[in-house]
Amino acid sequence: MNGALLLSQLINGLQYGLLLFLVAAGLTLVFGILDFVNLAHGAFYMLGAFVSATITAASGSWPLALLLSPLVVALLALPAERLVARPLYGASPLAQVLATFGLLLVIEALAMLVWGTEGRGVPLPAWLRGHVTVFGAILPTYRILIVAIGLLVAAAAFLLIHRTRFGMQVRATASNRAMAEALGIDTVALEARIFAFGAGLAALAGVLVAPLSEASLAMAFEVIIIAFVVIIIGGLGSLMGAFIAALLVGMIDTMGRAFLDDLLRAVLSAEAAETAAPAISSMSIYLFMALVLAIRPAGLFPPRTRGRRP
Amino acid sequence: MNDPKRNGAAQIQQPPRARPLIRRGARLLLYAEIVLLAALLMAPWLSAWLNLPFWLDLATRMSILAMAAASLNMIMGLAGLVSFGYAAFLGIGGYAVAIPVWHAVYGGADWLAGESGLFHFALAAGLGAGWALLTGFVALRTRGVHFLMITLAFGQMIFYLLSGLEAYGGDDGLTLDLRSQIAGLNLDDAAIMHWLAVAGLLLALLLHAGLKRTFFGLVLRGTKADDQKMRALGYPVFAVQLSLYVLAGALAALSGGLAANHAAFVSPSMAEWTRSGDLLFMVILGGSGRVTGPLTGAAVFVILEEVLSSFTRYWHLPFGLLLIAVALHQAGAFTAFSAQVRARGKQGAMRAEADQ
Repeated sequence: MNGALLLSQLINGLQYGLLLFLVAAGLTLVFGILDFVNLAHGAFYMLGAFVSATITAASGSWPLALLLSPLVVALLALPAERLVARPLYGASPLAQVLATFGLLLVIEALAMLVWGTEGRGVPLPAWLRGHVTVFGAILPTYRILIVAIGLLVAAAAFLLIHRTRFGMQVRATASNRAMAEALGIDTVALEARIFAFGAGLAALAGVLVAPLSEASLAMAFEVIIIAFVVIIIGGLGSLMGAFIAALLVGMIDTMGRAFLDDLLRAVLSAEAAETAAPAISSMSIYLFMALVLAIRPAGLFPPRTRGRRP
Repeated sequence: MNDPKRNGAAQIQQPPRARPLIRRGARLLLYAEIVLLAALLMAPWLSAWLNLPFWLDLATRMSILAMAAASLNMIMGLAGLVSFGYAAFLGIGGYAVAIPVWHAVYGGADWLAGESGLFHFALAAGLGAGWALLTGFVALRTRGVHFLMITLAFGQMIFYLLSGLEAYGGDDGLTLDLRSQIAGLNLDDAAIMHWLAVAGLLLALLLHAGLKRTFFGLVLRGTKADDQKMRALGYPVFAVQLSLYVLAGALAALSGGLAANHAAFVSPSMAEWTRSGDLLFMVILGGSGRVTGPLTGAAVFVILEEVLSSFTRYWHLPFGLLLIAVALHQAGAFTAFSAQVRARGKQGAMRAEADQ
């Protein structure tokens, strides 16, 4: 195992972790503030990827797609919030997951109507297709851009929630909704904005992923479970917890895929290691989740104030 | 503050208490389910008489799904545990049949190879129970949403494990070259296969009905109503719930073994999390906790899937809309909405009066 390989895998893990955070942030905010479990959250991630593919193809400019797609998806999330989510705030989790599972299927079918069943590739502009050499490791420019955007948006989200008037209203609503309402905060509008904000963040992750893989319908179903794992590990409702858990999960998954094979070879035969490694590494984050939960059933950073609807 | 009569307009924020989709005394539905069960028992003769072999296939699939849903209904109805990782047990049960069969045909791993149905189903039940014990040990320390999400994640873990089994087909799954061998039962005969599936379904339904009456079942229902109170009364809540979870898990894995024999094929998609969603839908549609409810749920699901998907490849659209409608109804959102509309109408009338 050499240093350059390790560095490039570290960047991969960091990049994956930050993308996971973008998806998980909306999920954990919506859960923490609205007490709402949204299985359809992954659909916004998928929509982000498809919308960016369409905008890139139409305008020829990927940066434009990067800026516009999250906004478009956030706007699309508003009717979903009004029609499906809002009537179920405070309802049983069972009704919420059932409805959002339905919403996920509806959005998937609509996306299939619009974009078809085939995946859509998103070409990157030439200046993002290059590589840079850092400490002997050759890193794709685009991955570094993802890391930069991810860190920036994470910082912006923290500032928004912890340092602005809007964030103060959000936190007030999360800790005591009735009191926040009595103080004149329009909680209904606030909740809609939080929902749309979360959808926008997930869409941003989808936009960033699309050039690496491609926009596909399956994205919606795959990412949501991993995002749930992240927010369970981090503590449901905690933004900070989601951030740390996302990075941990990103690292564990990437490192497992990269190095588990070699590690197992030290204790097992080469053949056994080759068969066992992919199966174990794809389960590694779930094993990690089980371990965390066995020690701390409420996750690593359970939020202190939770009690919107007792 | 939340009295609907006093402030109708603000009602939408606080929907009324969750209501079962189907009322307890739904006599008519019960009769329909009994007729359905009788039809399932006679399905091989009916399909031969009407010369519709495809219907028998559908009926077998329905019976197996109803058995799986009945086992989920057991933990939901008796203990109020909502699991979103139930498909994992079906996957485990399916592979517990498929892998020994594969080794019996292609050699290797003598300790695992076997054609005997008893061995297959014992293995399925054992692995299902083991998985329930392991995951229940972690998941049952939590409640409500946490339990739901943790079971969802654990379920997906099995999906990835099965997808990672490159030796047994990986993502593509595994075709069974022969079905489980049970003395006196030839599972290659569609009628026998069907009756075995119905027997499994009956076992699940009778177990649920029986447990409801036992002391064990009463303790469970107590934990569903208020588990802290039960703990204070000295009942071993965790152990009782874990035993139920293990029992139901074994049952669900058996249904997976039946599914593998019926289709003569297994794939990781048996354990995909959306399958768990389908099972939850069946339980809710039949009325969570109603012993015979899964019959209705599975029948509606199989018919919807079959009919809608033959009309359109976009069948997820109407199915999704139906799911949303069922959930909104269950949460009482429609009642709240109509109350809101009525309140608005009243306000409008009052305003009109004031204007005059």
